Amino acid sequence: MWKFIVRRISLALVIILCGSFIIYGVMRCMPTSFVEGLARQRAAASATTGGASYEEWLEKLNEAYHMNDDVFTGFANWLGNVLKGDFGESWKYGMSVTEKFNDVIWYSVVLNVVTLILQVAICIPLGIQAARHQYSGFDYGITVFAMLCISLPTFFLATVLKYVFAVKLGWFDLYGIVGRYYEQLDGWGKAMDMLKHMVLPTLTLTMLNIGGLTRYTRTNMLEVLNADYIRTARAKGLSEKVVINRHAFRNTLIPLVSYMSYLVPSLFSGSMITETLYQIPGIGYIAYDAMVAGDLPFTMFYSVFGLVLTQISLMLADIMYAVVDPRVRVN
Amino acid sequence: MSETTNNTNNNQNLALDDGRRVKVLSPGMMVFKRFIRNRLAIAGICILAFMFAFSFLGGIISPYRQDQVFYKYDYANKEYAGAVVNTEFRYLTRDGKELPATTRAKFTLAAKNGDPSFEAGGTTYSVVKVDEGFFRIGTSQQLGNVTALGKIVDVKPIGGATISDELKKEAIAAVQGGKNTFELDGVSYTLTAGKAKSYTLAGSEDIALASMLSFDAYSAEYAELVNNFDFRLLSETAMHAGETSFELDGVTYTLDIESETTATISVGEGDAKTPVANVSNVIVNPVNNGVFLPMDYKAAVTDAIAAHESSFEYVNAEGVTEKHTIQISVNNYVIYTEQKTMLIDMYAAPSGAHWLGTDDHGMDVMTRLMYGGRISLLMGFVVVFLELLIGIVIGGVSGYFGGWVDTLLMRFVDLFNSIPYYPMMIIAGALMDAFEVNPYTRIFMLMGIMGIMGWTGIARTVRGQILSLREQDFMVATEATGIRISRRIFRHLVPNVMPLLIVQATMSLGGIILTEATLSFLGLGIKYPLASWGTIINSASNIYVMSNFWFIWIPAGVLIVLTVLGFNFVGDGLRDAFDPKMKR
Repeated sequence: MWKFIVRRISLALVIILCGSFIIYGVMRCMPTSFVEGLARQRAAASATTGGASYEEWLEKLNEAYHMNDDVFTGFANWLGNVLKGDFGESWKYGMSVTEKFNDVIWYSVVLNVVTLILQVAICIPLGIQAARHQYSGFDYGITVFAMLCISLPTFFLATVLKYVFAVKLGWFDLYGIVGRYYEQLDGWGKAMDMLKHMVLPTLTLTMLNIGGLTRYTRTNMLEVLNADYIRTARAKGLSEKVVINRHAFRNTLIPLVSYMSYLVPSLFSGSMITETLYQIPGIGYIAYDAMVAGDLPFTMFYSVFGLVLTQISLMLADIMYAVVDPRVRVN
Repeated sequence: MSETTNNTNNNQNLALDDGRRVKVLSPGMMVFKRFIRNRLAIAGICILAFMFAFSFLGGIISPYRQDQVFYKYDYANKEYAGAVVNTEFRYLTRDGKELPATTRAKFTLAAKNGDPSFEAGGTTYSVVKVDEGFFRIGTSQQLGNVTALGKIVDVKPIGGATISDELKKEAIAAVQGGKNTFELDGVSYTLTAGKAKSYTLAGSEDIALASMLSFDAYSAEYAELVNNFDFRLLSETAMHAGETSFELDGVTYTLDIESETTATISVGEGDAKTPVANVSNVIVNPVNNGVFLPMDYKAAVTDAIAAHESSFEYVNAEGVTEKHTIQISVNNYVIYTEQKTMLIDMYAAPSGAHWLGTDDHGMDVMTRLMYGGRISLLMGFVVVFLELLIGIVIGGVSGYFGGWVDTLLMRFVDLFNSIPYYPMMIIAGALMDAFEVNPYTRIFMLMGIMGIMGWTGIARTVRGQILSLREQDFMVATEATGIRISRRIFRHLVPNVMPLLIVQATMSLGGIILTEATLSFLGLGIKYPLASWGTIINSASNIYVMSNFWFIWIPAGVLIVLTVLGFNFVGDGLRDAFDPKMKR
């Protein structure tokens, strides 16, 4: 068993290493790098005072940002620093990458946690009800609704929600995490203001994720309801309530919990599109901006973070399987 | 198995287990029957059929091209005329006389200093100031010397000049009367006192007028008259003197003085009174060449400016009342009026000609939706095909061979799977932008990139299935008959995975359309002038468009949702049909 876990972890490390190298290489290929943009800016700013030209600035900045090294040396340097725990300083935000990450990650976490709670609270009852009344009108309604949620493009849903709730009804702001009068509010007011700005993004994310979990719950519940022990329970003369809540639902919980355990790492990964659309300064939006600006250290950090999260969830899944199914361990 | 029974048209009594009584369906037919019994799947098929018809036939039927820009005529407040308050002298010279530019400059100086004469180009000019802003400029010429001895006054010509008797008489009378100037036949003469009772007689003839006012003839027939020197001289003198009429060549002209600087000159009396010219210190010019400003328009402008009004109404030649507004900047006035202009028909509301209006480029939204649908659907199919191709080959090889090949390929799949999708696409989009890839080539590149990024799921499915299939007896048979390996994989193993692959491909078609739309929405996908449903919604990222023009972005979104929904319904239906045990 331990041998298996060690093998799995070392594999994850190799994948993280290769993945980060690919991202690094591609980032270095970016046609207009951050450094070029900065050099152009500096050259324009100093043009009137007879300062250095674009080429001179570019040379100096390339030196300062270590852009003259080839991809392999650059990656090796980056990796060396990372192993020492130093992810460098973000070029765009002008502060330590980890510090910036610490500032913004909590927005994403709050957003995702609230979404997850809502999702569970909505999907599980819906799934169970749909399974209980299989092939009824209600069941068809739930199925179509779940399918619709799966089929919604994020940006379209977000735009429609904005159109209805922000433009037409005027209940919420279109963008941002804080309102116009944020600074004048007291502590409680500030918290409420932020919460209010989180409503639409949460609604968007919840609607997008509802479909999958509802269908999953329904499928599993159906499977359980067709099991022999449910028939036995009914034959015993137990009330329908007890049959569903005590016997069927508890057995459905096992696949549901394992399904949701895969979701836990993704709580930290942010949601790039939704955050960007609502300009919530969570990790997704900040990383998107950094990426567009060509901010190498931040993009690298974000990508490696994503890689690590994916690998952790895959590893967890594999190890869980290994625990359950001894055959996996042998291979 | 024996779901369908057929006992019609049979008169014989058949036993229950009679072979003829039981109709066995082929497996394919069974799948089909199960599929068409699924209402949602049929709904999905209908949606997809509509989408294909809409995109592929719609583009043919639509009377417009996808990049056709529409124009409209609209009234826009545009600059029509400009008016300037004249602060420079305007000159009118007598026929045959000239006033060169240098002389004009000297005159301006003299007028400013109040000098009675100035010299330019060897000629002495006299300046007679009639009123503020109105001067008569004459050339003076020494004609003779006048000597007065007591009562005897003698006039001697100098320099070959001829002095008529009349002039002589007048000069004598002037000297005797102690006058310095006198006039005769429109020429003014001056007597400049020299030494001891002698004078120099100089004749001065007006050759030019310098005025701040401008004269505009009401009609072409008066144009010549208005530029006539004498007419100008008389009318302006009369105007400055405050007289209401003057006479020239036996015709009496009346002056309607409206202010110090504006007046109308007309001829005739009562009903026969016709305006001849308008006098004003304001010069009105059209902004565009080739526009003729009628005199009454100019008069209306000058009147409005004189009255300090900011707008006035003018009845044009067709009898339509136009409203003109005047904007002032220092001495310039700009006159705006509503003019018919050709504009790009942007954001036109839905109408008979444009069922869903026009977008921000003035293109028909409906047509663009049709062509966009082609790209979105084609994109989905090509990408899925690419994914299947790569996925089947890699998954098949990996699953069939197993061992180290399998480990290597699956680790490769893991690696591919862990690359963050959107960062990669953003970088790829930026790269294509930087190399300015042609929009048509870009579609193919995008298809390629999306295919390469998305095959891993299919490879995994294929591998998983083949791992179990290869242990079955029919594979032992293929091995025994010596069929070559590629044939074993692709002819015997892969077809067995097909049902699963068809389901997965149908489901991922929807996903690809969503991804492509998202990329296009972020500006990384399809580029102008081509459109996809995502790019059409992209215009809603502009808040102005989003809140005011629902007809541009909502239909595109609905089409995307419906199409993806259709694919999902069909995929779901297929899965249930292939595997009834798994039924939902």
